Amino acid sequence: MSLIKVKLSFSGGMELLFNNIKQKHIEISSSINPPNATTMKDLVCKFNFTILIKISDNLLKERPELFMSGDTVRPGILVLINETDWELEGELEYEIKDGDDIVFISTLHGG
Amino acid sequence: MVRPCVICDKERAVVKRPKTGQKVCRECFYYVFETEIHNTIIDNKLFKKSDKVAIAASGGKDSTVLAHVMKLLNERYQYGLELFLLSIDEGITGYRDDSLETVKRNQQQYELPLKIVSYSELYGWSMDQIVKEVGLKNNCTFCGVFRRQALDRGAVMLDVDHIVTGHNADDIAETVLMNILRGDIARLQRCTEICTTGEGCIRRSKPFKYTYEKEIVMYAYFKKLDYFSTECIYSPNAYRGHARTFLKDLEVIRPSAIIGEAFEVKKEVKLPIQGVCKRCGYMSSNELCKACVLLEGLNRGLPKLGIGKTQRMRKVHGDMPRDTAIIPHFNRIQISNGNYDDSNKPNEELQKNNKIDQG
Repeated sequence: MSLIKVKLSFSGGMELLFNNIKQKHIEISSSINPPNATTMKDLVCKFNFTILIKISDNLLKERPELFMSGDTVRPGILVLINETDWELEGELEYEIKDGDDIVFISTLHGG
Repeated sequence: MVRPCVICDKERAVVKRPKTGQKVCRECFYYVFETEIHNTIIDNKLFKKSDKVAIAASGGKDSTVLAHVMKLLNERYQYGLELFLLSIDEGITGYRDDSLETVKRNQQQYELPLKIVSYSELYGWSMDQIVKEVGLKNNCTFCGVFRRQALDRGAVMLDVDHIVTGHNADDIAETVLMNILRGDIARLQRCTEICTTGEGCIRRSKPFKYTYEKEIVMYAYFKKLDYFSTECIYSPNAYRGHARTFLKDLEVIRPSAIIGEAFEVKKEVKLPIQGVCKRCGYMSSNELCKACVLLEGLNRGLPKLGIGKTQRMRKVHGDMPRDTAIIPHFNRIQISNGNYDDSNKPNEELQKNNKIDQG
């Protein structure tokens, strides 16, 4: 088990849920749920509990429904993994690798 | 995982298209996205050569992509259109002033003339002032009614034939659902039409009628288009929000739920007849258009006049006093000649004319 670096970006209005933070480099365990490799599911769930609290003063903990729906990212929020639609990468099952670039874009804002 | 684009079979696929499920690479995505919009324009004969077309520009994702694509297709396929950007300044500090900055950058990037029409100029009230008067309950009614008419008036000032808006397939699906829930039969029939024309009014169309929101946002992201995405500070927009959440959930299960065609109302059903507002000359199915009644309410200190029981309130408070300011008559709008950025000056000449007109 080791640490992997991941770059998170928020745009299209998503950043508003994160105190206007547009980018955040985080380090997470390569195996949040040993012995399995860390997946998007782990990241997204972890979002709700630890990372988010650190980066946005509990903002999302109060209104997780703005980001989450059931166990997944709310429909209407696009996710790209290394500039690729996460629907092509297995969505929640995707295994996160060191150096991954993950972007969350809201389609729900403005227009 | 090797996953080539289903169109070129060479590059790696980066987008899954919601409409077709196709996995496509970036270049092929651009190509199909743009070409589908071109086909929509051609199949529906939206424009004629040398039409003057105003792009309704808010600085948001849809209108920013629309401006980009309209300019690109106009050049690529030689539509021969003269394009303009038309923005409405509702007067919302901290929201519209910021998004108008985005529109001004778009104006530079796309080299299109920009006309900004403000609520203050047209109605004598900014949304900031209206919200102070009416609170946060019915403010969206004022804003929506005023915007629709402001766009048409801006189009007359620009002397254009046509307004295009960035309404996409998802927006239209939301509107259909909302009209069903409200039982608004007349709008239910109209709201899916790709092109509408009011009497003596400018054509209005939606080149993105068949374009999914997801693809618009993906396109803007990959092309690094500059757009503004803050929620309006006055609008929780709860009703549309619920429709939106419901449709996004449906889309996950069956993406084709988003695309729909018009509901046709049987010929026997009596629909309101479109006429003209006797006060300002704008199209209306009543004696007075909604904007005139709302404005009268604001100017008389009766903000509820246009919201609830208008007739009953008129019985109590009487008819409009003669010196109340009204909207300049539609037939008297001056065409601006090249000088488009005069939005912030209230037009004193028109204010005077109003008072003369009222007899």
